[in-house]
Amino acid sequence: MCLAGECMNAHANDFVIKIANVNGTGSASANGLLMKAIFRMGIPVVGKNFFPSNIQGLPTWYEIRVSRDGYLARSGEVDVLVAMNAQTYARDLAEIRSGGYFLYDSTWPREAELARRDVTLIGIPLAKLVNEAFNSPRARILMKNICYVGALAALLALEPDVLKTLLTEIYADKPKLIADNLRAIELGYQYATRHFSCPLPVRLERMNATADFILADGNTLAALGCVYAGATLGAWYPITPSTSLMDAFKDFCERYRKDPVSGQRRYCIVQAEDELAAIGMVLGAGWNGARAFTPTSGPGLSLMNEFLGFGYYAEIPAVIFDVQRAGPSTGMPTRTQQADLLLAAYASHGDTRHVLLFPANPAECFSMAVTAFDLAERLQTPVMVLSDLDIGMNDWMVPKLSWDDHRMPDRGKVCTPDELRDLTLFHRYTDRDGDGIPQRTLPGVHPSGAYFTRGSGHSARGTYTEDADEYQEVLDRLGRKHDYAKTLVPAPAVRRKEGLTSGVISIGSCDAAVLEALDRLAGEGIELNYLRVRGFPFGSEVEKFLEQHTQIFVVEQNRDAQLKSLLLLETGAVRDRLTSILHYGGMPIDSRFIVSEIRAVLKAGKAA
Amino acid sequence: MSFMKKPKVSHSGLPRNELGLSIRDYEGSMSTLCAGCGHDSVTAALIQAIWELNIQPHRIVKMSGIGCSSKTPAYFVEAAHGINAVHGRMPSIATGANAANRSLHYIGISGDGDSLSIGLGQFVHALRRNINMLYLIENNGVYGLTKGQFSASADQGSTAKKGEVNRQPPIDPVTLALALGGSFIARGFSGDKDQLVPLIKAGLMHNGFALLDVLSPCVTFNDHEGSTKSYAHTRHFDLPAAQADFIPRKIPIQAVTAGGEAIPVALHDGSTVILKKVAKDYNPMNREEAYQYIQKHRDGGEIVTGLLYINEDQAEFHALNDTVSGALRDLPYPELCPGAAVLEEIQQLYR
Repeated sequence: MCLAGECMNAHANDFVIKIANVNGTGSASANGLLMKAIFRMGIPVVGKNFFPSNIQGLPTWYEIRVSRDGYLARSGEVDVLVAMNAQTYARDLAEIRSGGYFLYDSTWPREAELARRDVTLIGIPLAKLVNEAFNSPRARILMKNICYVGALAALLALEPDVLKTLLTEIYADKPKLIADNLRAIELGYQYATRHFSCPLPVRLERMNATADFILADGNTLAALGCVYAGATLGAWYPITPSTSLMDAFKDFCERYRKDPVSGQRRYCIVQAEDELAAIGMVLGAGWNGARAFTPTSGPGLSLMNEFLGFGYYAEIPAVIFDVQRAGPSTGMPTRTQQADLLLAAYASHGDTRHVLLFPANPAECFSMAVTAFDLAERLQTPVMVLSDLDIGMNDWMVPKLSWDDHRMPDRGKVCTPDELRDLTLFHRYTDRDGDGIPQRTLPGVHPSGAYFTRGSGHSARGTYTEDADEYQEVLDRLGRKHDYAKTLVPAPAVRRKEGLTSGVISIGSCDAAVLEALDRLAGEGIELNYLRVRGFPFGSEVEKFLEQHTQIFVVEQNRDAQLKSLLLLETGAVRDRLTSILHYGGMPIDSRFIVSEIRAVLKAGKAA
Repeated sequence: MSFMKKPKVSHSGLPRNELGLSIRDYEGSMSTLCAGCGHDSVTAALIQAIWELNIQPHRIVKMSGIGCSSKTPAYFVEAAHGINAVHGRMPSIATGANAANRSLHYIGISGDGDSLSIGLGQFVHALRRNINMLYLIENNGVYGLTKGQFSASADQGSTAKKGEVNRQPPIDPVTLALALGGSFIARGFSGDKDQLVPLIKAGLMHNGFALLDVLSPCVTFNDHEGSTKSYAHTRHFDLPAAQADFIPRKIPIQAVTAGGEAIPVALHDGSTVILKKVAKDYNPMNREEAYQYIQKHRDGGEIVTGLLYINEDQAEFHALNDTVSGALRDLPYPELCPGAAVLEEIQQLYR
């Protein structure tokens, strides 16, 4: 087959490979291998997994973006499609950009179905090659995937040595698997080399842009943050897409949290009967002085509401990771969204408000996990870290994490036994320091520290009350404490030039797409300032940005403009100045979408 | 107003326990429950049991959910921390608190609404995890604070104060716990302090989840003719099957056990429970037989009480988790944080 004429379309280190597959066939390891090999060639790369809420047999896709400029969001285009699932040929074919490539398994002729003149078909008889080489049915399924990695290595100029090294590392204790994988790679590689003029114009060229980076997902790094923060209790109920957070915590603890002498655990993980119990356990442990957390997603957070109000009112530290997925109700468990914002901010009945942190990538999942435990204990309140499926479950390229061995956790205002010895009467809910935060005591430390913790009306002394003044005194102080939290939550990330009056405000995983969109818009002469909120309640920098800009695009991934609503409710933001850019289909937001939305709004504004 | 500071009245002649504390030192605030409420008798029994066990007041943790029963932790051991959680969710608070510090004495006080309706799920899961705690249900068959609705423990055919007949079968926490594999299962009656105090002591010293279902009549809404949870009914149909005598570790056991029907059960702290069979055909060491006996007599309208089942060999929560022996909350930070060098090493996997 002749691939000439495509040379005009060279996309060295700047293209997207999308792999269409059937879930349960082991494609994840093949795709991970491919992505990591590109990363090892020093080329910036990011992977997005689009998987069904299912165990085996449904369509699944994996998208790898190679970006020499280091852009980490989806671009919104597909250059090379590896079609391993005949069920989805039609839609997969339709998605390729003009001039792109469609690699399919030509064991069974499909040319008639594949009618697009502007796309190059690359037929490789993967099943045939693998069936001839391997005997067991399971190996044939798995190796077919490894075989396309081999074909791609030839087509894209992926260095075979890098693949070999990786496989040797991955299967260090299973030499048979190394041999099988290498054989499958060789089959694909040789076939592609013999039948096509390799490499394609879309190709890889070694760079040196990944040395100070890692490839990791947010749930893993959030779990690592919990370990480094000194969390000892994790209680949870399994729910997609948060489950891998506790899996990772368990793995880390097994390695780094065993008593070296006895081998016993310096941690406790409880798989609760439901999310109500999970948050109850976290609050029980937090009340008793241990750092405790629970990972969950939307439906779990809904169930936790009553207890979150209890934690707020009784002032008990707790850390909750809400790895958001598409709602409402069960929604789409394997799709991403940022639609729990309002629920989280005001979770539970009565006047409640919570402290929220918004990581934008896996590295921030690590640092914000650590921050969350400090804030929860400093402020004596539940703190929620709102990531999402895109951050939590996808592998992102992020700067290497660092740790300061001198760092000590902030355990907040907990009375020491010595302080309690000199105390005649302990008043749990009295603000002695003027920051809205009272002193706290732990059970079992000293008789003077005893008090009764309750979710019913209580006075500053900690006694039960139904007296209006006594009740209101505590409620008002809680309000002051929440205000004080503005100065403690992570400051927003701001990128601004003096003199600009238009800007973008965004949140969480939108960040990567926004950054790329801003570069692209700047290239078109549209310059915008940018603020990414990183915590709630919003502090003075958010207020300042809102004041200084007369036109602000609020980019977020939900239908109801929840970030915009929160800004309008909690700051001096002027409604007319805010324009929503909303993406909520469940796929991670891409830069192309943001660019075209902003461009359209500006064009309409000029026309008006 | 339902909080009243109780004046501390104490005189020098009051007996002292080994810590030099009188029973007054184990009291709490003034009860705001109705005069004659069974729960106040349970509170008194708790105070006596804890005092006699020589437990330092601040080493106790009191936990409850919502309801009349759940108010009572405020009425005993004032020098202990207490936590009044949301309705039916005390077991999860207890699980988390116990996970954080296994060295304290945990007492959960619940009711039949709190444990058998809204909190049934959490109750059985705490039992299944064998959390080391005394879990005491003050069981009166009725919702008091919302004024007289049947609870899930109300017997079929019993009537409400205004005459309504309950047609649904009850949930019995004792047979439920037996079926689920509970390691300590007892039933008492708030009107029988002599039976109740040793049950509380044994439950507190049991190494695992000690369920103590206490029939505790509601004088306001469920003490009438037609109620099967009234004082009169409970007294009449009470069938003590196995009596528990609690022997602290310092007293030699031989000196106490003279009778032939007594079975000594060693508790983990070195104390002993002497089980005396009151009913000859009852075996509190056999789950199936205990179940059959209780069920058979319940069918006949009798309420079997006493230490009904005990198994000291069942692993409790921390043993199952293989937790370090000290309190997790007291582990020094350097033992929890792997540090910069390890972080570097971990990240090699992500390269």
